[in-house]
Amino acid sequence: MNKNAPKLGLILLMAPLLIWLFALIILPHVDMFFLSLKEKIAPRVYETGFANYGEFFIEPLYWNTFARTAFMSILTTIVTLIIAFPVSYYIAKMLQGRMKAVLFVLCLLPFWVSELVRTFGWMILLRETGIISNILQWAGLVDQPVEMLYTDATIIVGLVYTSMLFMVVPLVTTLESLDNSYVEAGYDLGGNGFTVMREIVIPHAMPGIVSGCIVVFMLSLGNYLTPILLGGKDSLWFTEQIYAQFITRFNWEQGSAFGFLLLILSSLIVWGGLKLSRQTLSNTMG
Amino acid sequence: MSSASSTSEFDLECSHITKRFGAFTAVNDISFQIPKGSFFSILGPSGCGKTTLLRMMAGFLEPDEGDLTIKGRSMVGVPPNKRPVNMVFQHLALFPMMTVEENIAYGLKRQGIPKADIPAKVKDALERISLPDAGPKRVDQLSGGQKQRIAIARCLVLEPTVLLLDEPLGALDLKLREHMKVELKQLQHQFDTTFIYITHDQSEALVMSDQVAVMNNGEFEQVGTPQDLYYSPETAFVAGFVGDSNRWRGKISDMSNGTVSVQTDDGLKLTATAVGDTLAKGQNVDIFVRPESVALSRTADALSGMENILSGKVENLLFNGANSRVMVSDPSSGDKITVTLPQTGEFNDLQKGQDLHLGWRINQAKCFEELGVSDEELAELA
Repeated sequence: MNKNAPKLGLILLMAPLLIWLFALIILPHVDMFFLSLKEKIAPRVYETGFANYGEFFIEPLYWNTFARTAFMSILTTIVTLIIAFPVSYYIAKMLQGRMKAVLFVLCLLPFWVSELVRTFGWMILLRETGIISNILQWAGLVDQPVEMLYTDATIIVGLVYTSMLFMVVPLVTTLESLDNSYVEAGYDLGGNGFTVMREIVIPHAMPGIVSGCIVVFMLSLGNYLTPILLGGKDSLWFTEQIYAQFITRFNWEQGSAFGFLLLILSSLIVWGGLKLSRQTLSNTMG
Repeated sequence: MSSASSTSEFDLECSHITKRFGAFTAVNDISFQIPKGSFFSILGPSGCGKTTLLRMMAGFLEPDEGDLTIKGRSMVGVPPNKRPVNMVFQHLALFPMMTVEENIAYGLKRQGIPKADIPAKVKDALERISLPDAGPKRVDQLSGGQKQRIAIARCLVLEPTVLLLDEPLGALDLKLREHMKVELKQLQHQFDTTFIYITHDQSEALVMSDQVAVMNNGEFEQVGTPQDLYYSPETAFVAGFVGDSNRWRGKISDMSNGTVSVQTDDGLKLTATAVGDTLAKGQNVDIFVRPESVALSRTADALSGMENILSGKVENLLFNGANSRVMVSDPSSGDKITVTLPQTGEFNDLQKGQDLHLGWRINQAKCFEELGVSDEELAELA
């Protein structure tokens, strides 16, 4: 057997991943980076500089939009965690065998429908002439149609719904690895439901909580469809700004700079979150 | 509560406790009392219901019938965190996300002990288990024996009335297990707490316990001191499960004054002491003889005073130092009898195929009502 054979095997196995990373992630980003450094000083005249990045900090609309997007994404992450944790605990610890699989599949089921269709589902429910509005009128609780779309709360509802699975999966996985005897020992030594949860279950589930939060936060921050459809024209989502620069304004240089800013700032927020929860990326993903 | 004064010498009492899972009865009408400060073991094969019984004492399961009292107070309906008992789990369940100190302090915090007093108590507990420097270590930095001691200290620091131990030595290797047996017994003396220890390993139960209950099919077969169980078993199950035995199965051909003559299925005629008062002529019985109570000789004359005498050839020598045994096969019945080799030097040159004479007294052979399992099944249980 050739000594280099395992190495060759590794290279061949890694090749699709490396090609994918290089061609679809690194190459466009390098190109975007150079694009973002081009300052337009006159039609078809460019200079190299950071003016496109400066624009983000000078124009309050841009960084306000980013701050708002980041804040609402963090809120979405927290709400998703609060809803997903009991669900995951129930699936992982309370159920056995068949019911466990059934509930898990039920969590997965909405993802067989495209995000667009799911979001339209919410619109059918929430719009002025929608189902909920009609039910409320029929029940006599309101005397005129209610518009429930195009508010911040609607955006968060939509994002939480879209993100749920990405929180449930890592949580169920880490909670399942928690041996029941730890929970029993927690009670046996005098703990109650609250202290066992705080001292034993949550510290054990921390890697799952953090990885779920990172995924949900990144997905919400980078989401385009849900905020636009449920939030309407005033949703002021940062991805919308990037879209506008690229497509509406045809200002690719500015759009690229915004794209990079989104990447850098969201990475900083994730890094801050990891520091705050005293987790490292490697033990979260491992 | 009127009976509280009369039962105060007992730390834990069970009366007519029953637990069913669907149609299966795991624990069937068990009653016992455990005196204060004793080491009580429940010994039984896996699936006999001992874990269910222990979990009822800890509060993780509620009995379907019967009452369980600790220091005269009924524990039925009392959740595990409100009971004066603590449990050492089979795999110890030391919290991996906490240091040793935090593990020991966990229960103290839950008891509402002032924060300022906790470090001193933790330090004291670590010193008592001779691990004074282990406090800041992580659980995965400890050896098996150290984890064991920390798990016990974590419970004992709470000063429980009763400490429950669920086969905690099972995961240790043989040598460490032998060492921990002695240490557990010492810890029990040192802390003067009642220990209830469940195990399927008879040597653990015999070495450590003041009292042992042998459990089978959800019921106690016999409760007694280790000596009682070994020397005067009351049922065939106890005789077969506790210690090694030679066993013959046969029919009673004659009986008088507690002595029975038995015709074995293989055609031997043996005499034995009857145990229990249900034996009758013609009944199927089991006879048990311990390997160390059989006398060996190279000549027939030396054994002339014994009621049971056999002769045979050495089939196999199982040399194991002080625990060496010889397997002798009886040519007439084909039975193989295991005998402990006396360490007097007389049989050191014993060879395979040599002729030997065996003999044992009537009181060394015990005759019980037939047990419903075969030798193989019994060996599997033990």
